[in-house]
Amino acid sequence: MTARQPAHVVGKAAGRLATMGPGFGFLTVFLLVPLALVLSYTVFRRGRFGGVVYEPTGENFTRLADPLYLDVVVGSVKLAAITTLLALLLGYPTAYMIARLPARWKVVALVAVVLPFWTNFLIRTYAWIVLLNSEGPVNSGLKALGLGPVELLYTDGAIVAGLLYAYLPLMILPLYSAVERLDPQLREASANLGARPARTFWSVTLPLSLPGVLTGCVFVFVPSLGNFVIPELLGGGRRIMVGNLVRDQFLKARDWPFGSVLALAVIAVLVLLLFAQAWAARRAGRGA
Amino acid sequence: MTLISIDGVSRRFGEVTALDSVDLDIRQGEFFALLGPSGCGKTTLLRILAGFEQPDTGSVRLDGADLLAIPAHRRPVNLMFQSYALFPHMSVEKNVAYGLERERLPRAEIRERVGAVLETVGLTAQARRRPHELSGGQRQRVALARAVVKRPRLLLLDEPLSALDKQVRSEMQLELKRLQHEVGITFVVVTHDQEEAMSLADRIAVMNGGRVEQVDAPEDLYERPRTPFVAGFIGANNLFTGRVTGKGLEVDGLGVLPAPAGSEQGGTAMLAVRPERIRLGPVTAGEGVLRGRVVDVSFYGGVSHVALSVPGHDRAVLAATQGRARVEAGAEVAVSWDADDAALVTPPL
Repeated sequence: MTARQPAHVVGKAAGRLATMGPGFGFLTVFLLVPLALVLSYTVFRRGRFGGVVYEPTGENFTRLADPLYLDVVVGSVKLAAITTLLALLLGYPTAYMIARLPARWKVVALVAVVLPFWTNFLIRTYAWIVLLNSEGPVNSGLKALGLGPVELLYTDGAIVAGLLYAYLPLMILPLYSAVERLDPQLREASANLGARPARTFWSVTLPLSLPGVLTGCVFVFVPSLGNFVIPELLGGGRRIMVGNLVRDQFLKARDWPFGSVLALAVIAVLVLLLFAQAWAARRAGRGA
Repeated sequence: MTLISIDGVSRRFGEVTALDSVDLDIRQGEFFALLGPSGCGKTTLLRILAGFEQPDTGSVRLDGADLLAIPAHRRPVNLMFQSYALFPHMSVEKNVAYGLERERLPRAEIRERVGAVLETVGLTAQARRRPHELSGGQRQRVALARAVVKRPRLLLLDEPLSALDKQVRSEMQLELKRLQHEVGITFVVVTHDQEEAMSLADRIAVMNGGRVEQVDAPEDLYERPRTPFVAGFIGANNLFTGRVTGKGLEVDGLGVLPAPAGSEQGGTAMLAVRPERIRLGPVTAGEGVLRGRVVDVSFYGGVSHVALSVPGHDRAVLAATQGRARVEAGAEVAVSWDADDAALVTPPL
């Protein structure tokens, strides 16, 4: 072998660079560089009027362990986890039924699932305020039944309802594609070997759709954890989530280094989740 | 003794009639084949036996009890799927144990039966592998083991050899027969491949257009086809349509051809002559019943096929000879056969 590459190999590499270059360039400038900045801010002191003073310190990280902030992180993870679990419980049966509809009804059902995305996110969230407030239709209904009024708005429940409503389609779509891909003969084989429908679901359908379950959970959990609009509008600012905290540190408290540590904590949780999901998907993929 | 009796079973899908009043009896312990071209209804019948489909009309009885009233997961009927349908997330032994676990058998018994059946199909060493780590032939053995281990009354096999390459096929063919003999379970194989059916089965039901054309042992199907479809579908045949006379079958443009006696005179009928029953001879006065010119000679090793064009007959006449053919393309030959070597099929098309 000589060191010289044949012309077509060089040409191929240049072609690849030309096609991937713009995308990678964009990501480098607008994702990797800011991310590196955030990472570097974490070890410096805050400036008095915002910005960063380049004196190394570890106090930003010790501050994270302060129960005041730790509670916010734990509480956010809890709300995001509840949202994800509810989305899974609601989304799986929906996705399962859509996957078994005749072809033309599948399209109708999928469009219906995605339809809310065509309306502005803020408008949809405000609609929940109208629904849940003390004079709203839900409470009127409860009053008529003699059960209300109940305080619905500005509670954790309202935040979960809002998050669930916003991100349920992100659960249904990957679940649908996972269930739809399953060979229907596997269900028949299971029945043929003596399994009732419920047993077939637990032993065959669910394990084989697990990659879709994990993808859906990540798709719902990630934006739920970082969301700060819904906690503010539906939680009334009483409950602070990590997203609110990060925003407040950057924009109100002007403590960029501590804001960066909080952002980093969120990213760390998410990266861990993505690794878990990739690992499980590969494991399941090898079998399928 | 009859194990399965199928009575007047019909099934329609919209405009398509998949099964048209099918009657069949399958005996205890036999190796039975449902043979026919794709779309003949054999797969629908198989799915009805397995419980994945219900017929529109008719009854299916197993040991005299109504099989159709039993849901799929409670039938003593197991199916080996054409695609094998192995559970990809389970090891070989888990796949095989799945059906026994559903019966809530003691663990020790499950382990013992799984081990025994894996030994029978020669997969003991692969017990802990996943299906994707196996070859096509090994996957098929797993599918077979998974169905057999349940000791069903009836084992259904959907195109069991179609996905295998030629060498594994003949090996598996022998193995299926040996296994069937060993376990004594009634096997029903569904196939479009007549060689597969002929080599495996004790009896074959030939199906066409949702109906059963003929049910017979392979030799009888081959020697005495009873419908024109069977005569044309099973093996190669030279077919002539004409009127039955005292001396044979009178065919327009060909004269009277040698045909076995016994059919009603004057009626129309179809004469089927196997290529290997046809004799070719030199053209001398009074020899042979037909004159033909050799169009093509193909050598297959053990046998040679000779295609002849016969004036007055619109299709080539095919003759098979042992070893090398002694004629060449372009030669004029006399074609003859013995009346008793031909089969007369009534009613014709």
